[in-house]
Amino acid sequence: MGDLIEIVVAKYNYWIYITLMMIGLYAMIVKNNLVKKIVGMNIFQTAIILYYVSTGAKRGATIPILEHGHDGHAHVIHAADYINPLPHVLMLTAIVVSVATLGVALALAIRIYHRYNTLEEDEILAQIREK
Amino acid sequence: MTILGLIIVLSTGALLIYATVDFPAWADPASPASLHLSPHFIERTMEETSVPNIVTAVLADYRGYDTMYETTVIFSAGVACFILLRILLREEPGESLYRHVLTGVTIRVKEGAKIPPSADFERIDTLWAPHDLIIKTMCRLLIPFIQLFALYVIAHGHHSPGGGFQGGVILGASIILLAISHDLRTSVQRMREKVDALLSATGVFIYAGTGALCLLLGLNFLDYSALASVLHVDPVTARSHGILIVEIGVGIAVMATMIWIYSNVSSTGKYDEGL
Repeated sequence: MGDLIEIVVAKYNYWIYITLMMIGLYAMIVKNNLVKKIVGMNIFQTAIILYYVSTGAKRGATIPILEHGHDGHAHVIHAADYINPLPHVLMLTAIVVSVATLGVALALAIRIYHRYNTLEEDEILAQIREK
Repeated sequence: MTILGLIIVLSTGALLIYATVDFPAWADPASPASLHLSPHFIERTMEETSVPNIVTAVLADYRGYDTMYETTVIFSAGVACFILLRILLREEPGESLYRHVLTGVTIRVKEGAKIPPSADFERIDTLWAPHDLIIKTMCRLLIPFIQLFALYVIAHGHHSPGGGFQGGVILGASIILLAISHDLRTSVQRMREKVDALLSATGVFIYAGTGALCLLLGLNFLDYSALASVLHVDPVTARSHGILIVEIGVGIAVMATMIWIYSNVSSTGKYDEGL
């Protein structure tokens, strides 16, 4: 029983991201409406961002901004005192890029709506087959 | 299709959860991700770049190429939205409606005709709804402070959480707040489409230009210590200043692109009242 609780405490964060990611994947595969697919894509991206940020966590460490005095006095810096900055850097840019790609996806959806007057995938496919 | 999708999703999820057995535990200081590159960044950033915020230093200096192309990706996304909605989807304007602000009388102007520009009339759409005075006034009061905070976030990115991406998004959000609380025409009057396009290109140009300047001064692309001779500081401080210049470029590009994408998508490229 103690082992089980230890595993759950150590790994439950990954399970949450995988659940979120699978919700996004399910929406992208199964949903018929293109906007719902785009929402699924965003949930998927959010799950990956959460996963990356969680890999940067370190027990007993603080945010990756070094302590510094105004007199230029350099403190001794230990890597164990600061969380891993690299995942934060990667996800910082990924968040803004995900907003930009969301914009492009919505613009494409608007174009499709103007062309076919619908955002339902099966109706669009039926209209394409008719031609 | 639903059942097939459910099977695919459940089996992928089960495989991924099975794979987490080999993953490091939550917040493990000895996880592989924190062992190889990150100790170098944490311990050497201060003496190599004199920037206390490691995230900023890694973003703009150690991983400068990555960030430059991320900025380019954002710029391309803005251009893609513009081409998709503004060039390929252009509709001929029909007759336009103008509303007399004081009396509320609406007049209809024939296609091609225009009324002389005056403050008494405002252009409206057929689905015009009056805006709430309380919301308009509150947003008008808040927007300058939001923009001031955004500038602080960009300028103080070396010493506190912040930087070009965050500050740029806040700046863009302030203009988008104006577009939501008033209407899109008001915000486009403040910041025209051409200005958006030019600024987002300018931001990328500042970033790439700083890198090219380093190249011209005899060091590698994006090696900001080359700027020491131009800025008259020692090479380590020059890196810190180079990061600031680059972050300003990122901030300008992100701000302009966010506004550009919003105004294109929210009005389907027609630049009318918007949402």
